[in-house]
Amino acid sequence: MTVRIGWSATAPDFQDAAKVSLENAQLRRNVKYATDVIRAKRAKVVNEVPDWEQLCQAGSAIKAHTLRHLDCYLLQFEENLTRAGGHVHWARDADEANQIIRGLIEQYGGKEIIKVKTMTSDEVQLNRDLEAHQITPYETDLADLILQLSQDKPSHIVVPALHKNRFEVRELFKEKMKLPDLGDQPTDLTDAARRYLRQKFLSVKIGFSGANFAVAETGSLVVVESEGNGRMCLTLPDVLISLVGIEKIVPTFQDLEVFLQLLPRSATGERMNPYTSMWTGVAPGDGPQAVHVVLLDNGRTEVHADPIGRQTLHCIRCAACLNACPVYRQTGGHAYGSVYQGPIGAIVTPQLQSMEHSQSLPYASSLCGACYEVCPVKINIPEVLIHLRGKVVREKRKHLGGKLDPENLGMQAMSYIFADAKRLEAAQRMARFGQWPFVHKDMISKLPGMLGGWTQARDLRPIPRQSFRQWWRKRERKPNA
Amino acid sequence: MPEAKLAREVILARIRSSNPPENDEMRLIQEWMGIPRPFRKKGSLAAEDRLDLFEDRLRDYGGGIHHASSEIELPQVIASAIAARGKRKMVVPPEFPQTWLPPGVEILKDQQLSYAVLDECNGVITGCTLAIAWTGTIVLQGGPREGRRALTLVPDYHVCIVRADQIVELVPEALEKLRSFGTRPITFFSGPSATSDIEMTRIKGVHGPRVLDAIILG
Repeated sequence: MTVRIGWSATAPDFQDAAKVSLENAQLRRNVKYATDVIRAKRAKVVNEVPDWEQLCQAGSAIKAHTLRHLDCYLLQFEENLTRAGGHVHWARDADEANQIIRGLIEQYGGKEIIKVKTMTSDEVQLNRDLEAHQITPYETDLADLILQLSQDKPSHIVVPALHKNRFEVRELFKEKMKLPDLGDQPTDLTDAARRYLRQKFLSVKIGFSGANFAVAETGSLVVVESEGNGRMCLTLPDVLISLVGIEKIVPTFQDLEVFLQLLPRSATGERMNPYTSMWTGVAPGDGPQAVHVVLLDNGRTEVHADPIGRQTLHCIRCAACLNACPVYRQTGGHAYGSVYQGPIGAIVTPQLQSMEHSQSLPYASSLCGACYEVCPVKINIPEVLIHLRGKVVREKRKHLGGKLDPENLGMQAMSYIFADAKRLEAAQRMARFGQWPFVHKDMISKLPGMLGGWTQARDLRPIPRQSFRQWWRKRERKPNA
Repeated sequence: MPEAKLAREVILARIRSSNPPENDEMRLIQEWMGIPRPFRKKGSLAAEDRLDLFEDRLRDYGGGIHHASSEIELPQVIASAIAARGKRKMVVPPEFPQTWLPPGVEILKDQQLSYAVLDECNGVITGCTLAIAWTGTIVLQGGPREGRRALTLVPDYHVCIVRADQIVELVPEALEKLRSFGTRPITFFSGPSATSDIEMTRIKGVHGPRVLDAIILG
């Protein structure tokens, strides 16, 4: 089993990578501008829906129900898709998924594929695998095309090239598409992308996609997009291969009534995204006549097994939590070292990898709860973050090095002190005495050693001369006070 | 056990090991039916207001809007919409009504035309399955007046005829109707092609049809 989430196993810790991002003023300006725009748009279209809260509750309930019966629904999906002329494959991990997909491409004699934006393919690093086997993947989503041409990494779940502004995109297209006179208006750039990809759409024989939803009742897949590149890849090729995470299942076609309202408003702040495609296996005379779906586990069953972590699988990848997060808005997405960034990335990435990698991510949060507030399927991200921090600590404590770590020793000592009132009071007396060299004008502005981290960005009030307990005892002694 | 079958069994077994053992089909259906759906399922607007809302939302996306009060007027309205866009050569689905065809426009019937031929057409004229006022969305489901998906995708300009009585108010109403139409591919489109990928700003027109005219009939 090799669960792989992009390059995150070798990514630096968030806290180190964030420092690099924070130095990049251009990146910070771009991220701030884009997330401000999207937040304002989202707030406007969410506020005009009188039953938004009810839709969120239903969305969360449908997801929780689906996960409780995931095995049944996956089998239903398989049966119905097979009946509709599609083929279902199952992949336990990244390598197995890549092998199946490559096998299919070779079976149909393909040397190139056109791709819709597919997060699962970033997760398993499909492009790298295909290129190593002389198969060319063409990314057709504008942002993914920008990343592919600049060999850059995604920094946002919905708008992966959000860290680049249009002037940077123009420079890139000028060079890579050989268009020396390209303008910097947004329409100049979309025109260039259109011309660049047009012949590929009309001639490449194998299309590749993920899915936003997979309907168990019918065996249908749903892709939500904007540009029409999705429709091109899903409609024009002879063969269509889709890599779908097992948590994308919804029970019935009717359930889409909830998600098709939640996703576009929450993701791009639109009442409805420009295009939504739904297809059910093979439609004679219309679109690909060979349809394959690869169902991907890659750590999802591990997350499913954790009662607190399971809600992570509700995620519909709208990225509202990224746009709302005060940490993401400062650092941008690259610091997370994952194809999934922001608050949701901080809980998805380590969990999929059984907490073996990306252990710094649960700490990439101030636990302010803005993510939970905007989540359209009610994932309690702060709760999961704390749960995962506990796991990280317990994991570290298993080794001697972790046991002797000053933070662990400190925490153990604290736990010993807090467990008993006498010990606590003794410690308070000691601290009151010990703190005097650091107190200036009734405030501690600089603590020594490891504790200095706390006072780096804020002041600390000293321990007061009298504790609540002492005050209470005094009060008790006075009759009828 | 062959690898392929093994993967399936392993994944299912892992899921089952963390779900309650008493799961069965009956319980699943009961539980699904019990999911509360207290959101709006039926619209409340009068037909006229529904139409206004649809037009307003579609205009917001940058789609053009024309009106034909009857089928008799329709060919002329289509023709002038096409002329206003400076287009000439249009393709239609195989079963597009003869009486709807616009005068003075070169018309090609789609008989599984090649993509290259579709690419040379200026645009496409179709009907639709239904439309959603609340979101300004038009839905195609491969009906006889809509044709296969490539037809409404490759040409750069789409003239879509929407009968006023095809417009529902809310998304749940649309899905309820679509459900009864079987499993043909479905396309929702809300205005012309667009992207928000550069600086989160909606820019009209990338790969799909860049120009959309809706013609409201009735």
